[in-house]
Amino acid sequence: MSDNLYSWGRYPPHPQTAIPCHWRADIRQALADRVSRHGTLLPFGNGRSYGDSCLAASDQVLYMRPLDRFIAANWETGLIRAEAGVTLDEVLAVAIPKGWFLPVTPGTRFITLGGALANDVHGKNHHIKGTFGRHVPRFGLVRSDRDPLVCSTTENPEFYAATIGGLGLTGIIDWVELQLAPIRSSLIDATNVRFGSLDEFFAISAELDPSHEFTVSWIDCLARGKSAGRGIYMAGNHAEEGPLAYEDNAKLNVPFTPPFSAINQLSLRLFNNTYYRAHRAGRHNSRIGYEPFFYPLDRILNWNRIYGPRGFQQYQCAIPDANAAAATKALLDAIAAAHSGSFLAVLKRFGDVASPGLLSFPLPGATLALDFPQRGKITANLFARLDAIVREAGGRQYPAKDAHMSGADFRGAYPAFEQMITLSDPVISSRFWRRVTT
Amino acid sequence: MKRILIIGATSAIATACARRWAAHEATFFLVGRNAEKLGQVADDLAARGATVYTHVLDLNHFDQHAATLDACYAALGQVDVALVAHGTLPDQKACEQDAQLAVQEFTNNGLSVIALLTDLANRMEARRSGCIAVISSVAGDRGRPSNYLYGAAKGAVTDFCSGLRGRLFKAGVQVLTIKPGFVDTPMTQGLPLPGLLLATPDKVAKDIVHAVEKRRDTLYTPWFWRLIMLIIIHIPGLIFKRLGL
Ligand SMILES: Cc1cc2nc3c(=O)[nH]c(=O)nc-3n(C[C@H](O)[C@H](O)[C@H](O)COP(=O)(O)OP(=O)(O)OC[C@H]3O[C@@H](n4cnc5c(N)ncnc54)[C@H](O)[C@@H]3O)c2cc1C
Ligand SMILES: NC(=O)c1ccc[n+]([C@@H]2O[C@H](COP(=O)([O-])OP(=O)(O)OC[C@H]3O[C@@H](n4cnc5c(N)ncnc54)[C@H](OP(=O)(O)O)[C@@H]3O)[C@@H](O)[C@H]2O)c1
Repeated sequence: MSDNLYSWGRYPPHPQTAIPCHWRADIRQALADRVSRHGTLLPFGNGRSYGDSCLAASDQVLYMRPLDRFIAANWETGLIRAEAGVTLDEVLAVAIPKGWFLPVTPGTRFITLGGALANDVHGKNHHIKGTFGRHVPRFGLVRSDRDPLVCSTTENPEFYAATIGGLGLTGIIDWVELQLAPIRSSLIDATNVRFGSLDEFFAISAELDPSHEFTVSWIDCLARGKSAGRGIYMAGNHAEEGPLAYEDNAKLNVPFTPPFSAINQLSLRLFNNTYYRAHRAGRHNSRIGYEPFFYPLDRILNWNRIYGPRGFQQYQCAIPDANAAAATKALLDAIAAAHSGSFLAVLKRFGDVASPGLLSFPLPGATLALDFPQRGKITANLFARLDAIVREAGGRQYPAKDAHMSGADFRGAYPAFEQMITLSDPVISSRFWRRVTT
Repeated sequence: MKRILIIGATSAIATACARRWAAHEATFFLVGRNAEKLGQVADDLAARGATVYTHVLDLNHFDQHAATLDACYAALGQVDVALVAHGTLPDQKACEQDAQLAVQEFTNNGLSVIALLTDLANRMEARRSGCIAVISSVAGDRGRPSNYLYGAAKGAVTDFCSGLRGRLFKAGVQVLTIKPGFVDTPMTQGLPLPGLLLATPDKVAKDIVHAVEKRRDTLYTPWFWRLIMLIIIHIPGLIFKRLGL
């Protein structure tokens, strides 16, 4: 029995009791049970959200991961239908040999279809393909107050829009239809470009984004002065030829949580410096597997444990294009000045493909994401400074990564929250939702 | 192309095995008692590229075993692997108070398997090939107070398979007795099992598929259960009865 689930950041540290869902029929059962007991629950996918958006207000979650069957697949058209607990990794294992790939994938393949939809996740190809929800023509939704629904842009469109990026609040997604993308090979033609400043980043991004489906940059968030804003721009396209091979290279594991965090000033500075220097100056092409390209972190299972028992938070925001360069610089300055930061600082330009969800996070502009060890007041003070910069620039934070944003910031940046309140299911609530709506 | 019969095909362990077989082209004949669940398992395997037939049967209806196996052979032509996976975990305390329940559970976990294997063995023997893989349990190695009704039924299955193996060996048919330890499936849901000893269905399935491939006789899965059971079997009776395991 997999009880005691946590979110990925292991902060806030509220263990969740799991009610496992093995069959589609179990969902209605679980909801009816909550209704009769006047309680609430929250669907939980694979716990790859960092903060408290996957933690139930009642600390009791409907654990969707065991619901992991495919329902139908048309390998001529690449349209598949699967239960909500199927992971992206499980889709890849079946789809790649048949010449299909995920239309959109985040930086980990260990998330469920239901979780991907409920956060309307984005990937390195946002500037071309938009969010995950755009590739989901239909899905099933089970609610406590009516018969099960099929949702699409034409069937129950209000629930379609509210559930995509809906943080699990509108009901339990029982199945998802996903349009896969055709590939000739599972390899990626990758290009790395080292840049010395943020200005250089924005110039390279403007030049290379249009000709590369996948782009993302790593930023050295500890670099100051002349080196400030340096990093590596990484772009890629599916290779036109090569094998169609599923890759599963996760070999390392962090088997338990060490008593203290292995992430500190020294280890970070060492890592960032080495990583930057490991990439030679100029542009470099290579053909690599999709796994190291998309999922470098998945190689170390349970890597989140290295932050020790106090856990960590991720800070991810999006800034509209007009203010992107200035605000990103201000954010990096504040982080470097605080001597805080992480080996995982990621910068990317979102495109202008509209997201289908009411509360979808991406907007045309730049997105910056960084991990911070949880250090009480120190972290809170830094986050308050960052929040002010984001607010000023008209940007917003990503609920999937969040454990701190204020209700006022959330409501200001996601005005559709009022509609969500009317469309959410009466027996579903999360710690995040309680925090930002009260 | 493997032709595979699965009895109790809605089992989590059986499903995990089937997915592994489906990755290399397979035709399945799935037998289960709940039509809705059976359909969902069948859809999953079909989407993965397998050809799938389903047949609804409660294994306690012994009189319908022959017709079910007829239908299976009509659909598959030949059976390369037969996996017998159905089972229930009885409430031991309730069985101590209710003889009818005890017999019913013994029937489901023991007699129904013996009845099915009796018919199936003759068909496999006549065709002189294939594998009969039966999920018994480590619980069948020695009766323990917490679980002896289930243990007795699984013990009966283990002994039956041991004899059958010796008989079918001459016909070139493999009989594999599978003894899982604790596995995280709907059957064990809610039980306070030690997390460290709890295996995933896929881990167990990997071992099962391998043991079928290697034509093994007995499989403890995960492997360390062989050691644990070696110790349990050798604890002197005088001590064992006082342990209350
Ligand atoms: C290493 C790493 C890299 C990441 N990179 C990215 C990235 O590049 N882009 C990005 O967008 N995100 C990224 N993420 C975040 C992650 O993709 C999202 O948090 C994702 O939603 C997690 O999915 P999950 O299945 O683990 O769901 P959980 O985290 O368990 O739940 C997420 C939300 O989905 C809801 N939910 C889950 N299942 C259902 C269901 N069946 N029905 C209704 N609601 C449901 C939950 O209630 C919760 O609100 C990353 C995370 C990690 C750990
Ligand atoms: N899980 C463990 O820790 C463990 C350990 C040792 C051995 N085992 C054995 O492993 C096998 C598979 O169990 P599992 O762990 O995969 O649990 P499971 O998912 O609960 O599977 C058991 C399946 O058997 C089916 N079944 C029971 N009685 C049946 C009958 N009379 N006719 C038809 N189908 C019947 C059930 O169908 P319904 O869904 O319709 O009820 C269920 O799908 C069982 O033989 C079990 O004894 C399990």
